[in-house]
Amino acid sequence: MANVLVIAELFEGKVRKGSLSAITFAQQAAPLVGGGYDILVAGPGAKAAAASMTGYGAESVLVAELPDYVAEVYAPVVAGAGKAYKIVCATATTFGKDLMPQVAEHLKAGMASDVVKVVDEGGLAYVRPMYAGNVLAHVKVKTPIQVVTVRQTEFEAAAAGGGASPVKDAPAAAPTPAAARVKVAGFEKVVSARPELTDARVIVSGGRGLKSGENFKIIEALADLLHGAVGATRAAVDAGFVPNDLQVGQTGKIVAPQLYIAVGLSGALQHLAGMKGSKVIVAINKDPEAPIFSVADYGLVADLFQAVPALTEQIKKVL
Amino acid sequence: MKILVPLKRVADPDNANKVKIAPDGKKVTSEGLEWKLNPFDEYAVEAALRITENKTNNARLGEVVVVCLGPADARQQVTQALAMGADRGILIDAADEALDATVVVDALEKVVAEEKPDLVLLGKQVVDGDSNQVAQMLAVRLGWPQATFAAHLSLPKELNKALVTREVDGGVAKLEVTFPAVISVDLRIVAPDAVKNGNTPDAEKYPEGPRYPSLRGIMQAKKKPLAAKKLADYGVTPAPRLEYLRFEPPPQRKAGAKVPDVETLVAKLKNEARVI
Repeated sequence: MANVLVIAELFEGKVRKGSLSAITFAQQAAPLVGGGYDILVAGPGAKAAAASMTGYGAESVLVAELPDYVAEVYAPVVAGAGKAYKIVCATATTFGKDLMPQVAEHLKAGMASDVVKVVDEGGLAYVRPMYAGNVLAHVKVKTPIQVVTVRQTEFEAAAAGGGASPVKDAPAAAPTPAAARVKVAGFEKVVSARPELTDARVIVSGGRGLKSGENFKIIEALADLLHGAVGATRAAVDAGFVPNDLQVGQTGKIVAPQLYIAVGLSGALQHLAGMKGSKVIVAINKDPEAPIFSVADYGLVADLFQAVPALTEQIKKVL
Repeated sequence: MKILVPLKRVADPDNANKVKIAPDGKKVTSEGLEWKLNPFDEYAVEAALRITENKTNNARLGEVVVVCLGPADARQQVTQALAMGADRGILIDAADEALDATVVVDALEKVVAEEKPDLVLLGKQVVDGDSNQVAQMLAVRLGWPQATFAAHLSLPKELNKALVTREVDGGVAKLEVTFPAVISVDLRIVAPDAVKNGNTPDAEKYPEGPRYPSLRGIMQAKKKPLAAKKLADYGVTPAPRLEYLRFEPPPQRKAGAKVPDVETLVAKLKNEARVI
């Protein structure tokens, strides 16, 4: 019997790769509560997308065909399905962060946000970061049903292992009355040829040192050469250089690429909280005392406006 | 038009790496660190003030009530919000460590029942616990629509609904919520043109960031009503749904070496780290 329910997030009719991290979490947590896991695919095109989820070892794949996302419509459906489980989980994307506390409240469940590790401490417990990642808390959820969001970078994407989970309809659930007072008024997709920050193998991030949005061109050129993503600090977002969805840090995206190149950013601890899990960190900053150097594997003290274009040219020579 | 803005104090977020874990691992302490208003809550106060004023003639179009759960010392953070321009404060006595989202939501539910605001406007997360749950849970509890992570708000002259721009994964989502509603704010909400209220002309721009209390504001804050309450006054007994077992420091990352030039850097990335 499945005791964990994984919520798969749809984007343009396909399950987001980030949801595969929640499946890995479920694979680790399920044995501790005895049993297996199911996957709920909810959203527009869920029926078609469910087929892509049948090879991930779930006992069942549940389907809820729903209109465009609003919490008031989705939370009753997820909670309705979730009440048959001990744990209901999703990846901590903006979708997961928006939806899952609502699900928890519907279920009168406690919720652990942004879990980075599953541990057994006389029963199932979780590790989650607090204080911008400067403290790791071991926490137990005391309610009969537990709601969890998981940090994508800390759980590898589950690999499809074959098998054929049966597909079933999730129980129907009516939207909350509040749904009548909320209306989707549009979605503007960010069109980018670059990989998503949370999926990227290489990230080149810029801070306030870039001085303008226009100057991010030199960051983009380097990122594109390495088939990487562009990131930014909160200060750069605050200053209006780039949109907020490029923000790496405590209150933005948490990333852990193979290579993180930090350019013109001092390394405020809110930023470090979002990237210090990266495998290799390079820092380019003209201030030799900048805190970013204390976490960087390779530091280059230089004027970024000369060093970054030079770095791009030099990499072209060796690629 | 009345807006309720919940507040929490946090240990100075710019020095969050200086919080200490007690030797037995049971407690996190922030001795020596200054208490600050949670930054996102400060942004919510700013947004609430922009909604309820006509910037061109300083006319007030509504009331902003701030409510804080915290110990008696948190009076300082409530007063800061009053000095920024909020009209009234409520401080509900509670130990910082006794607060989880459920306790806060239990209390806010009762405050909302008493105050009957049109809008609860709050920060998207507190930067100590980093849980990001209260707005969403409160919306369910109240049966009100929610819009989280607001980067831009546009209200009609009547201030009875809001078109909310949310910067989410993969794009920008727009939601229209009819009041009463719960809206949580992200950092861009304090950009110069992030809040439009149909009263202040759209072309008006605010200075970047939350406003600093003026000297006049600070003087006035001392005279503004600040009610001291207890959780028991609202019939709330703290019943956290989470149990924190212990705390530990994260693994530390070691600093590497400085490289003299771009050529050396590229050589190391290629031959030593093997990442390009």
